Amino acid sequence: MKVKVVVTPKAAVLDPQGAAVRDAMQHLGMPEVHSVRIGKYLEIEVDDKTPNLDSRLNDLCRDLLSNPVIEDYEVVKS
Amino acid sequence: MKFAVIQFPGSNCDQDCLAALSGMAGVKAEYVWHKKTSLTGYDAIVLPGGFAFGDYLRCGAIARFSPIMASVVEEARSGKLVIGTCNGFQVLCEIGLLPGALVRNRALHFICELVTTRVEVADSAFTHGCPQGSLLRLPIAHGEGCYFADEATLRELNERRQIILRYATADGRIDASANPNGSVENIAGICNREGNVFGLMPHPDRACEERLGSADGLNIFQSMIETIEATRSRAA
Repeated sequence: MKVKVVVTPKAAVLDPQGAAVRDAMQHLGMPEVHSVRIGKYLEIEVDDKTPNLDSRLNDLCRDLLSNPVIEDYEVVKS
Repeated sequence: MKFAVIQFPGSNCDQDCLAALSGMAGVKAEYVWHKKTSLTGYDAIVLPGGFAFGDYLRCGAIARFSPIMASVVEEARSGKLVIGTCNGFQVLCEIGLLPGALVRNRALHFICELVTTRVEVADSAFTHGCPQGSLLRLPIAHGEGCYFADEATLRELNERRQIILRYATADGRIDASANPNGSVENIAGICNREGNVFGLMPHPDRACEERLGSADGLNIFQSMIETIEATRSRAA
């Protein structure tokens, strides 16, 4: 099974990359763009029969894949 | 007196740290590979700069799970002095020995320059050789050195006098013009509540000889040595 994890910077954290991309989008003809936040997207292949998949994945999202001081994460299973 | 310099795959200031410390009277410094599991017998621990595990995922995110880190945490909790410079600071934040995190520099560039920092706490284990307000000229070399902490954490850091170094102008003012990377409140280095774990983005290890542009980094290592000696004589 494929699990997708999206990691995004928390609102309070400066995201200069996102701001630079927002500016570029505005300059390239989309002044309607108000904000861009850049995070990370991970595609993870994992065994369907993994015991306690949800809780173990969440633990690793919290401890490894994101840093809760500066980032939020979301797990999407498909 | 023995210092351990931890080597991760991708550390690149391990030799600088070892050279700087080995040049100090009475100090023996040794490398400790990250797969080792004990730090018994060392008086202090150095987490050097570099790009441990390529900085993949986040700086320090993978290094914090190296086998040696359980001993680093254990020794830190027992009161041993631990210093993390640059990448080492990032590892200390990732593992939670220090609060906050280091994120991408405000201007997005990798910055490599000599900066001025101001000593904010003159009686810390790492800076008691420098009167409060002393200016230390130290090199920085990082892409992710922008210190971030939420408001509650910042308040606590200020109240408990955990902010040891701030980026300052050449005449010692703390303002935006002196802030190289966007760190909140110009923070360049902090310690933990107990005062025995210190992380800083600047490199004291690269500023231990005048011919390198500055010898101000010696103040930090010398303070550590004196702290260890004082602790020993109290115990004796």
